[in-house]
Amino acid sequence: MHSVETRLKELMLASLAGDARSYAILLNDVAKHLRSYFLRRLSEAHKGDADDLVQETLMALHTKRATYETDRPFTAWLHAIARYKLIDHFRRNKIRATIPLDNAEDLIPADYSDATADRIDVESLLQSVPEKSRELIYRTKIEGQSIAEVATSTGLSESAVKVGIHRGIKAIAAKLKGRAHGNG
Amino acid sequence: MATDDLIARLTRDLKPIQRSSVAKRLAIGLGLGFAASWLLMVWWLGMRPDLMEASATMPFWGKLAYTLLLAVIGAWAVKRIAYPLGSIIINLVLMAVALFAFGILAAGIFAMAPPEAHMTMLTGKSLAVCTFNIVVLSMPLLIGAFWVLRGMAPTRLTMAGAAAGIAAGAIGSVIYSFHCTESAMPFVAVWYTLGVLIPGLIGALAGRFFLRW
Repeated sequence: MHSVETRLKELMLASLAGDARSYAILLNDVAKHLRSYFLRRLSEAHKGDADDLVQETLMALHTKRATYETDRPFTAWLHAIARYKLIDHFRRNKIRATIPLDNAEDLIPADYSDATADRIDVESLLQSVPEKSRELIYRTKIEGQSIAEVATSTGLSESAVKVGIHRGIKAIAAKLKGRAHGNG
Repeated sequence: MATDDLIARLTRDLKPIQRSSVAKRLAIGLGLGFAASWLLMVWWLGMRPDLMEASATMPFWGKLAYTLLLAVIGAWAVKRIAYPLGSIIINLVLMAVALFAFGILAAGIFAMAPPEAHMTMLTGKSLAVCTFNIVVLSMPLLIGAFWVLRGMAPTRLTMAGAAAGIAAGAIGSVIYSFHCTESAMPFVAVWYTLGVLIPGLIGALAGRFFLRW
């Protein structure tokens, strides 16, 4: 799964090597992130400055790209430049920052792709479990119901519920083991 | 100008970046500063006439080692602060340790010397001019260091200016030690150290105005 950081960093490394196509993709991507970053931090009266700031930051990214150390996160480097440009803008125009300045994570919104992928994995694994156990596991492990609750709602005894869950998990374990050996 | 046009323009003149380009710029900036400052020393102050004899004595090497150490710490600080988010805390700590250690040594020598020698140990023959001369000699280096930083991306301008000033002052005092005939450690500990710190202060004050990008 590609996170935003990995993607942008790969593009940046290619750009530093002189690949203009990667560079164009990178700049377009970065411009979008920067726009929303600046818009969020400028008060209503100054929202119009966002585009100027985006362009200034892109220019800085270009002229200062030698200062990107390739073993560091790209987004942190970019954020430091964007933040510098924003503060410089505030100073130049004597604007007092009313919105708190921030951390590098704010530039790139949280990346949920991994969590989504995990969910898909769980669903597909559950499909391999016998119907009865699947239902029990789903209710207890994913919806978070207690054994007692599930027992009353299904009409099974508590120990039968536990046995069902146990069997299901064993089946999942077997399936994962099979996958690890390359025949899942 | 629309962002798309800008991106097209930047993409068009894309050139590969060498990994060493920061170090190269640092070497050029400080190298030219060094050459200018050295010429200024030779032309304005002149080499010490007893350089050959002096180079066989401990005080000459002690003075050179002290100023060279500060120069290395300072040049390294310029490189570190040249990057966004760069910090020079480690350099300031190392420098404080060096100043402290040399200060202790100098204080020990001062304390062991007979009281009548104390005044000359501190004021030497060139008290009025030593620090001033170092500050003057460090100016070409300060310009060189500022040039280095202007091509880079320091995000803390006062810190960046201070790093440039300390590097300039320290390299300037290395150069000055080829003119200066003072050898007493207490003298060096006070006046040379000031000659490093004052350019550091000048750099810190000038950084906000001259290092903006």
